[in-house]
Amino acid sequence: MTEHRDYHGAKMGMWLFLFTEVLLFGGLFVLFSVTFGRFPQEFHEASQLLDVTMGTTNTVVLITSSLFAALAVTALQKGDRRLAEIFIGLTVLLACCFLVIKYFEWTHKFHVGIYPGSAAIADWAPGKQAFFSLYYTMTGLHGLHVVIGMAVFGWVWMQIRVEKCTPEYFVALENAGLYWHLVDLIWIYLFPLYYLIT
Amino acid sequence: MAVDAGFMTPGNRSWVREWLFTIDHKRIGMLYLWSVLAFFTVGVFLGLIIRLELFRPGEDFVGPQAYNAIFTLHGVIMIFLVVIPSIPAAFGNIFLPLQLGAEDVAFPRLNMFSFWLYVIGGGTALVSLFTGGGAPDTGWTFYVPFSAQTTTNVSAAVAGVFILGFSSILTGLNFIVTIHRLRAPGLTWTRLTLFAWSLYATAWIQVLATPILSITVVLIVLERMLGMGIFDPARGGDPILYQHLFWIYSHPAVYIMILPAMGVISDIIPVFCRKSIFGYKTIVGSSLAIAFAGSLVWAHHMFVSGMSDTAVMVFSLLTFIVAVPSAVKVFNWLSTMYKGSIRPEPPLIYALGFIFLFAMGGITGLVLGSAGTDMHVHDTYFVVGHFHYVIFGGTGFGMFAAIHYWFPKMYGRMYDRKQATIAAVLLVIGLNGLYFPMYLLGLAGMPRRYYDYLPQFTELHQYSTYGSWITFAGLALMIYNLIRSRYRGPEAERNPWQAATLEWTLPSPPPTHNFDREPVVTHGPYDFGEVRDHD
Repeated sequence: MTEHRDYHGAKMGMWLFLFTEVLLFGGLFVLFSVTFGRFPQEFHEASQLLDVTMGTTNTVVLITSSLFAALAVTALQKGDRRLAEIFIGLTVLLACCFLVIKYFEWTHKFHVGIYPGSAAIADWAPGKQAFFSLYYTMTGLHGLHVVIGMAVFGWVWMQIRVEKCTPEYFVALENAGLYWHLVDLIWIYLFPLYYLIT
Repeated sequence: MAVDAGFMTPGNRSWVREWLFTIDHKRIGMLYLWSVLAFFTVGVFLGLIIRLELFRPGEDFVGPQAYNAIFTLHGVIMIFLVVIPSIPAAFGNIFLPLQLGAEDVAFPRLNMFSFWLYVIGGGTALVSLFTGGGAPDTGWTFYVPFSAQTTTNVSAAVAGVFILGFSSILTGLNFIVTIHRLRAPGLTWTRLTLFAWSLYATAWIQVLATPILSITVVLIVLERMLGMGIFDPARGGDPILYQHLFWIYSHPAVYIMILPAMGVISDIIPVFCRKSIFGYKTIVGSSLAIAFAGSLVWAHHMFVSGMSDTAVMVFSLLTFIVAVPSAVKVFNWLSTMYKGSIRPEPPLIYALGFIFLFAMGGITGLVLGSAGTDMHVHDTYFVVGHFHYVIFGGTGFGMFAAIHYWFPKMYGRMYDRKQATIAAVLLVIGLNGLYFPMYLLGLAGMPRRYYDYLPQFTELHQYSTYGSWITFAGLALMIYNLIRSRYRGPEAERNPWQAATLEWTLPSPPPTHNFDREPVVTHGPYDFGEVRDHD
């Protein structure tokens, strides 16, 4: 069988997959909006406990990594393999930064006893508890997607090394970039909803 | 008598590499078909145990806990492992590329991966039976708060469902791209087979609805493992939200089950009536309309859960609307038969059984969709009867029709047509015996899911159990006939039914590479004037 190469087909498949990801998070955004509608005051109070500086830093880090991902695609399209590899490296590095900041944020919260089911928050108002349940679920799932994105970029990097992803057929890198923009996009919704609604 | 085995010819490599790691869409489809039939057999036996236990009031064979586990497993296996993948993943994989004149699906490796996810997901669901705190006892809907609290092994079961959902999404995604990108020259959208169209509509539901189920079952696991409290009112959650999220997927999923079966029936009826399908574009439109409208009706499962009256009326109305395109299809099939040159071969018999049983199920669906009558029969045996008519009588019969229609193409052999017809008739009688008493039980007030009942329900339960035995006899005869014919049946021609779609222009079974030359399509799928038998 000849190797089947269909650039438009591959892009179409990726876009469909991104739809499913949007819907996956969509279920959680529905939960968020319903719960927020029921407990606006409690969400306001709970939101003040989040660290806006860290959240903002993370937003900048993730948007910048998305820029590098886009630059990597352009570099490969223009035929500069070396530069594309460097940009992919920078993307993954910033993804790491994002996770490290997230780690410090979460461990600090755990340290002061703010996590679902902890004794410290047992007598909080239900709405405030719900805020953190949703916060950990949604940012946790988002964090998982960051990890998956890093793995995908690692795989694409290897594909470029073994010349399966080339300046002539770069759809693997392009699709990885699309995925990364989605991860970025979801964070851009999570950030104001959780950190800035106070 | 030796039959050229086509794509099934054993190769030089080991069986595992030849089959389990194959990227040939036909082999993947066959693997799905065999797995689905194996799981179906398990599900049937669980169903028979349920019916035996209900033969008399009181405890006979199994206790209440075992009974709960058995109906949960029956549901999980039948819904997630059998009915959802049955026609799209098995017959879609085998015949969609052939009907499109393509070499394979758009992403062959992804296709293999989907099958592996199916195996892993099915395995995980089965492992949940024997590990942890015992088999799940929640029913296949995993409603909270019970699913969050029960000590049985719900987490493993829903993890399996999550993986199976992923498999379903990837298959749907693959089919959409395949239909868009890989049609042979001349195969315009209006020359697609109706089976391909139904898979197209189904694929969109798989892609758009399944992610919601995935996230919902993930939330159950988070609820159980980490005590998130997302559905716990004491911590600001809401159990009704679970039902909304669950049915936003699972109602459209009902159409993942039924649409491909409708596609099979739409392909079969013109062939055995020697007449072009009546209202091709209406059938296409109704498939898409079902896919769309079916996504707007989820809350009709929740009329009694405390929604506002306005919401109840809106969802009731929307539910009526989704019945319209289904009825349109039934009228189209009947109109196709009118003044047709009917040949009562087994595939047509199964197709007619489908129409009858599906109509029985569909009409009672309206009783459940009307808020007033639903209040009376909600969570009674009426519901059980309704969905078994639709799912077993609809999807199940669609699958049996597909097997009998394409069997000669898949194996290059023909089955005993008389036995196949007898089995079909037995099944129609058995299914009516099995499920019609459930309507009466439900109207009389027998609740579903109960392992015991009041003495006045005994007689109807016994009729139902007798029906289950006739159904079993029909299934046994059908499967015996198919297995025997797979080895001993007479050799089948290339196109035994004189059908006009592309897969019948290939040898039976088709060769690994499908088409030697890319076919050029010059006429529609039901234009029998063009059919020439190549043999």
